[in-house]
Amino acid sequence: MARTAWIEMLFPPLVALLVALVAGDLLILAYGQNPAAVWHLLVDGTWGNFYGIGQVLYKATTLCFTGLSVAIALRAGLFNVGAEGQLAAGGFGAGLAGLLLPATMPWFFAFMLMFLAAALCGSAVAAVPGVLKARFGAHEVIATIMMNFMVLALLNYLVAAHLHTPETLHTQSIASGLVPRLSVLLPVFHGSAANWLIVLAILAALLVGVVLFASRFGFELRAVGLQVGAAENAGISVGSTWIRAMLLAGALAGLGGLNFVLGYKGFYEDGFAGGAGFLGIAVALVGRNHPLGVVISALCFATLSQGGLAIHALVPKQMVEVLQALVILAVAMAVPEVRTRLARSVRGKP
Amino acid sequence: MTTLAIQMTGIDKRFAAVQANRGASLEVAKGEIHALMGENGAGKSTLVKILAGLQPPDAGQFFVDGREVTGWTTPQALTAGVAMVHQHFMLVPTLTVAENVVLGREPTHGLRLDRQAAVQAVRDLCQSSGLQVDPNRLVADLSVGEAQRVEILKVLYRGAQVLLLDEPTAVLSPPEVAELWGVLRRLQQGGATIVLISHKLDEVMAISQRVTVMRQGQTVQVLDTAQTTAAELARAMVGRDVDLDVQRPENQAGKPLLRVTQLQVQGSRGQPALLGLDLTIHAGEILGIAGVEGNGQSELLDALAGLRPYQGSIKLADQELATLSLSQRTQAGLAHVPEDRHQRALILDYSVADNLILGKLAEFSRRGVLDQRAIAAHAAELIAEYDIRPTDPQVPVRGLSGGNQQKVVLARELSRSFKVLLAAQPTRGVDVGAIEFIHARLRQARAQGKGVLLVSSELREILTLSDRIAVLYRGRIVAMLPRAQASESVLGAYMTGAAQAVTHG
Amino acid sequence: MRALLVLVAVLLSVHVGLLLLRPAGSSEQVGHGPRVGIVFDMGGRGDKSFNDGAYVGAMRAVAQLGAQVRFVEPGEGSDREAGLRLLAAEGMDLVLGVGFIFSDDLMELAVEYPQTAFAGIDFAVPTGNDGKPVTLPKNLAALKFREEQGSYLMGALAALSSPNKKIGFVGGMDTPLIHKFEVGYKAGAKRVCPECEVVIQYAGVTPEAFRNPGKGKELGLSQYQHGVDIIYHAAGSTGLGVFEAARAMKKRAIGVDSDQWAEAPGVVMTSMVKQVDTVVYEAVAQVKAKQFSGGMHQFGLAEGGVGYVYDDHNRGDIDPQVRKQVEELKALIIAGQIAVPSERR
Repeated sequence: MARTAWIEMLFPPLVALLVALVAGDLLILAYGQNPAAVWHLLVDGTWGNFYGIGQVLYKATTLCFTGLSVAIALRAGLFNVGAEGQLAAGGFGAGLAGLLLPATMPWFFAFMLMFLAAALCGSAVAAVPGVLKARFGAHEVIATIMMNFMVLALLNYLVAAHLHTPETLHTQSIASGLVPRLSVLLPVFHGSAANWLIVLAILAALLVGVVLFASRFGFELRAVGLQVGAAENAGISVGSTWIRAMLLAGALAGLGGLNFVLGYKGFYEDGFAGGAGFLGIAVALVGRNHPLGVVISALCFATLSQGGLAIHALVPKQMVEVLQALVILAVAMAVPEVRTRLARSVRGKP
Repeated sequence: MTTLAIQMTGIDKRFAAVQANRGASLEVAKGEIHALMGENGAGKSTLVKILAGLQPPDAGQFFVDGREVTGWTTPQALTAGVAMVHQHFMLVPTLTVAENVVLGREPTHGLRLDRQAAVQAVRDLCQSSGLQVDPNRLVADLSVGEAQRVEILKVLYRGAQVLLLDEPTAVLSPPEVAELWGVLRRLQQGGATIVLISHKLDEVMAISQRVTVMRQGQTVQVLDTAQTTAAELARAMVGRDVDLDVQRPENQAGKPLLRVTQLQVQGSRGQPALLGLDLTIHAGEILGIAGVEGNGQSELLDALAGLRPYQGSIKLADQELATLSLSQRTQAGLAHVPEDRHQRALILDYSVADNLILGKLAEFSRRGVLDQRAIAAHAAELIAEYDIRPTDPQVPVRGLSGGNQQKVVLARELSRSFKVLLAAQPTRGVDVGAIEFIHARLRQARAQGKGVLLVSSELREILTLSDRIAVLYRGRIVAMLPRAQASESVLGAYMTGAAQAVTHG
Repeated sequence: MRALLVLVAVLLSVHVGLLLLRPAGSSEQVGHGPRVGIVFDMGGRGDKSFNDGAYVGAMRAVAQLGAQVRFVEPGEGSDREAGLRLLAAEGMDLVLGVGFIFSDDLMELAVEYPQTAFAGIDFAVPTGNDGKPVTLPKNLAALKFREEQGSYLMGALAALSSPNKKIGFVGGMDTPLIHKFEVGYKAGAKRVCPECEVVIQYAGVTPEAFRNPGKGKELGLSQYQHGVDIIYHAAGSTGLGVFEAARAMKKRAIGVDSDQWAEAPGVVMTSMVKQVDTVVYEAVAQVKAKQFSGGMHQFGLAEGGVGYVYDDHNRGDIDPQVRKQVEELKALIIAGQIAVPSERR
């Protein structure tokens, strides 16, 4: 059985990846380039050297947080499209807290306060759709999308009109509590934005795993996501589970903002999220809403993102985006449909 | 020997951990009504689905009209005249009967649907088959029995000669069942072959000519109905003797536990569903609620369980339930086996062990962390006590047969400390062996001094178990009878409104 | 199960087969000129403005200087630095960032790669703790435009073409960068027509003010209704709303950054253009001639960095007399005889 289960888990992504690769080959050929050269450049620019690896790790850190955010909400049966706004709010919260804290504050306290600020801001943004859903049955997809619009516009205004340093769209640099880059200890990563927050991302994944699968709250959360009626019948308060799930999801996405603000630039910059929250949806879906899956799929998407930059030499950006979308599409389709079909045929002949 | 309509041999089919069919066989003669029996999980439905082209077999051969079939799909099955009558109706509620029947094979007039021709075609079919439905009515307005007739009309319209029916009576009231038998006999006279899956011994005895009995994915026996008895069939299914008519010890009703007075509840469309209902459940008593479905049973259960607001009073051991949440009601001493097992009682993707602790999480977690060891011990104990199969506590409940799923629910609810059990359709879709087991457990609860409210559409079940029987008709209790004064005919008269409201005892 | 393995095998072999294909012309062309890497601002190619201008200049450098150019279009915040770094690490002779947003990243990389020439278009020089602009590394050139000079000519042109002696200005986001346009415009108008009235309005205080055609139309309509004849905008796509208003009121407008004649022919009498292409081309040329120098580089009328459109499309829209006067002013500015202000007083 164990062997079958593994094959069942591995085949859909494998087939999807191959389909995407072949489609990518055709696209690259249509553009008049040699596919082997393009793929080589992609691998070379990501896992081919430590700088590339560092960049992948940096991008994966943010994606891991947003992916976990979407995943935990989905486990409760909620589709959190709002990770983008929660991510931006978290980053802003940390950036603003950083500005307000005295420069002399010890690193640990400064970091912890900014950590809390990021989590709280993300939670606050996510709480609104959670409460609307629990109290009034408002559909969370619409509510989270609306929150994205509102939060991103508000932050844009605050930074552009009040908090920016002249001739830029970012705030002043934070004095204390910044997270050092990996290159400080491991010089091979020199130049890459990868920083020690990746450890926090992995801890977060572990924590989400424990919460989901070993805690009472996780038990209730998954029950609500799987069968609302039965969960309700078992005395689980569905509304409060939804709200708590959204709070947790928001906190996770908000913490993702630390990666840019504390780990990379040292200030909040308008628009830093750059779609990482939306990409978190794909990360969660491809990772099957499992923390381990999310970590792996975050690495994959980070590779695609960084690799896309590397292959600009041969193909234009639009094509890179088409390639990325192809992979997402292929894997996403593989998840429900191909999986059941595969399951059938695999189970058929044990 | 004449050609068989269906001949299947050596059919294998496996789903994940479950071997649904292992070398199963089925032979159906042309023009017969053939019953397929077996406990839940015996592999009947799988076999029929393979026959209808809904699933491919892993191994085995089968012949339809003497022609060997391979790579059989639903459209091919249809072309060969083999069609399934779905039990979960797949009708479009906003279309008329005629439109539903012709859907997918519409008679056309140019590019437009020829409504007249459709209506006429359906009329002709009704005429020839004896199925009575008005082709112009909206499907949304039909009763369950009528909807089933439309499903049958659909397959007839497509020219089916072999009709496969999977538990067609599960959703029907007794008069509707009688009508269905009429229709099936008439179709048989017209040359149709019918394969019927059923759990119910009396039905099989009444309608079929031959019976194929399955057990654990294998065909164990083929019997001529005329030369067998219900007891023999039950033995063939379960593999041992079964007695469903255990004599009840005399009832010694104790103090009142649950008191319902002047209960008024609205139905889901806002219509008044219960109009001032009074009843009392005593310790050590099973109170049966009889009635044709849709006369207020669901609303009564919902009000008691806390899923629907009500007016009037429900007191459990002198505690008013109106303001209590679901978990508070559980704490107050209410256990509940819900009517809709899949939606409300179980989380199908959770394991057996996890389903067994639903609603008891406080006992199985410490500081918010689940106590896996206690959960495993609890599961092992209940799995053994309730004979839940498979015995692996980590199997998702989805993979269990209906009977075993219901045992999981019952095990969980009866292992609480409770005063009153609400048992709604506790044996619906459950096989004979499990029915016996569930009945024994309900009696055991009574013997322990609990109160049981039993709502069932099976009159025999009500009569077998209950100490007192209340008949619900149009939102009122029209009769409250001690068991001794009740019989199927008496209850039937009250249930259909033929007898006037009287309350005895 | 077997079917699946076959599927995987087929896909794999198709993929490997395709890998071997090598379309004609796919190999990278080997030039002899300087190697140049350009990182676009978000929005990328096709913005009909900065990025496209940079692209045109780069292409001219390829054609005329034999430059080998690579472009990178970043997707998110950290990609800007990554893109610059990628190019620098490849040993490019010149790495160029298009837009002020690259300022921080360029400063950092210029220090890290002292052998590589860096340039930033519209580079924002940060101020140090002493309140003065910091000194740029020797290998980093801040390429800035004297928008006020071009705007000065537009002010004169508008004032001379206005029968009502009333002209308008619509700015995007109210910032010092846009004030340069406003101040130059007003000075030019007053120079040729001291009694002329110049109406000045801004669309907002956030970057959204550059992307709000509705607001642009509202401001435009109100100005035209109050007798304004010609409006000059410096407001991104908000300006498209101004053109809309001009068309509705049968008035005229002046475009900005690139030639906007095509947006509203007959309405847009001319455009003040920032010659991003010229600036990019010049930078490449300097690198080729080994004359690249860091520090602040201002591109005004004299350097061909700013100018205005006068071609076959709009020749009929500008009175020859007016044109003559504007050209005289241009000569005076180039000669240094007119000092155009760039800040509000």
